[in-house]
Amino acid sequence: MSGDLLVQLLLSGIGMGFIFALIAIGLTLIYGVMNVVNFAHGEFLMLSMYASYLAFATWGADPIVTLPFVAALMFVFGLLVYYLLVRRVMQGSMNSQIFATFGLMVFLQAAAQFIMGADYFAVRGGLLSGVLEVGSLILPAPQLAAVVGASTATGVLYWLVFRTATGRSLRAASQDRQAASTLGINVDRMYALAWGIGAACVGIAGSLLSNFYPVFPRVGAIFVLIAYVAVALGGFGSIHGALVAGVIIGLLQVLAGFFISSQLKFVPVYLLYLIVVLVRPRGLFGRL
Amino acid sequence: MLDVRQVSAGYDGLQILWEVAIHVDAGEIVALMGPNGSGKSTLMNSVSGLIRIWSGEILFEGRRIDALPPHAMIGMGVAHVLERHRLFPDMTVLENLMLGCGPHARKQSIAQGLEQAYALFPLLKERRTQIAGSLSGGEQQMCAIARGLMSSPRLLLIDEPFIGLSPHMRSAVAKAIRAINRDGVSVLLIEQNVAEALSLSQRAYILREGRIVLGGRSEDLKVGQTVERIFMAREDVPSGLDIVSS
Ligand SMILES: Nc1ncnc2c1ncn2[C@@H]1O[C@H](COP(=O)(O)OP(=O)(O)O)[C@@H](O)[C@H]1O
Ligand SMILES: [Mg+2]
Repeated sequence: MSGDLLVQLLLSGIGMGFIFALIAIGLTLIYGVMNVVNFAHGEFLMLSMYASYLAFATWGADPIVTLPFVAALMFVFGLLVYYLLVRRVMQGSMNSQIFATFGLMVFLQAAAQFIMGADYFAVRGGLLSGVLEVGSLILPAPQLAAVVGASTATGVLYWLVFRTATGRSLRAASQDRQAASTLGINVDRMYALAWGIGAACVGIAGSLLSNFYPVFPRVGAIFVLIAYVAVALGGFGSIHGALVAGVIIGLLQVLAGFFISSQLKFVPVYLLYLIVVLVRPRGLFGRL
Repeated sequence: MLDVRQVSAGYDGLQILWEVAIHVDAGEIVALMGPNGSGKSTLMNSVSGLIRIWSGEILFEGRRIDALPPHAMIGMGVAHVLERHRLFPDMTVLENLMLGCGPHARKQSIAQGLEQAYALFPLLKERRTQIAGSLSGGEQQMCAIARGLMSSPRLLLIDEPFIGLSPHMRSAVAKAIRAINRDGVSVLLIEQNVAEALSLSQRAYILREGRIVLGGRSEDLKVGQTVERIFMAREDVPSGLDIVSS
């Protein structure tokens, strides 16, 4: 095979990988901070893809242009989900917490189906629809944008979580909520922030994805399943883990799709997952 | 300064504290003693808002604080060093200390706080880039006390700072608590070891099964083995020595 093809494969693998990573980071952030699994995470992705698509179809606004707005919208949506739903069931049993976000998943899917129908919608002829020729290399622009956009977003997220005072408070609240609260940290607000940031991550992933992937009511399930694998592979609650595992999965599935068969592209991913979970149940970066 | 009046509290309908009344005056070190499970931490957690009291009232500098959320306390001037230090083990010593200033601290007050913390525990300066979880037990306790001081509190609540420390570390921590107090910070301290608690404090209370059974000047309590007897043998408080109200 030619070197160019390999570069293209790797690029597309890393692009998908960063998108998986971004979705997984949102999931693991919410889980890490408050030990709640957001079962509606895939539907958050679906919503952001519809938002990107609708902005494009209605106003001709390109997904890459509306990305910051979709991210902001999803941030607010995350806050609302926390304040109106999750916070209310926090006092309840584990089951009520699970059913709350599970119920939200069912509701959002049904609502999308009802409003948009089951059709596939795709952004066609957007700014990023073409290819970029670099010398003899032909690089698909959407994948390139995914690499640049998602890695930038991940970088900003890292800076926010690991370099700012707010991020320090967020990590403190996630490690020991009681100790954090004695240090003046409003833990409730940190939980809301985790939901906001987690949803905004998905908002960015959805915007980037809508450049080359159609949206339909169940689109979230496909990606979020991989994101769950990334979270488990990386270690529950670990941002580093989600990032590394997301990129590994992205690369693995693209390479497997090319060298084995596109129908079996996720087989090595689940195989890797099984092996890691058997050898190291806490995942790559997880703690016991 | 701190006035706990007839406070009752507990968990899920199980009452632990029964009309407990204690006070801490400005400039004092007050020790709270009592056997395991007698409710000392519960009482301290009530003061810092970690648990809601059922009845009674808690005043700090004349203001009711018993309905405030825990995160409002450092703003009021009360800092709480929890039992078993509760550092964030994955963060560095510096990050732990910075968190002590509260989430809205300015750079200037952080720098000032760090300077004071390092003056009190020079060892923390050497260890500042180290992960807190890798410190020894005594160092972690020092770091926790320093973290509690970062917000420049007027009242410091410390829950069992000496537990599990070597004699050398104990005396270092005790010395630091005296120094903190000399700088004008009032201290409410939980300590199981009677001799240690009485030598460090000006006044002391004994809590047993959720009730204050004895209280008074530490000097007076040192006399004889009364305190130990009440403490260990669970014998009733001799009527002549009931100086709770003093
Ligand atoms: N979070 C909690 N939930 C239920 N019971 C608790 C909790 N914390 C403490 N207790 C109970 O309250 C009593 C007093 O505990 P505590 O205040 O920790 O005592 P001390 O600090 O004097 O050892 C004990 O019987 C303990 O089991
Ligand atoms: Mg205790």
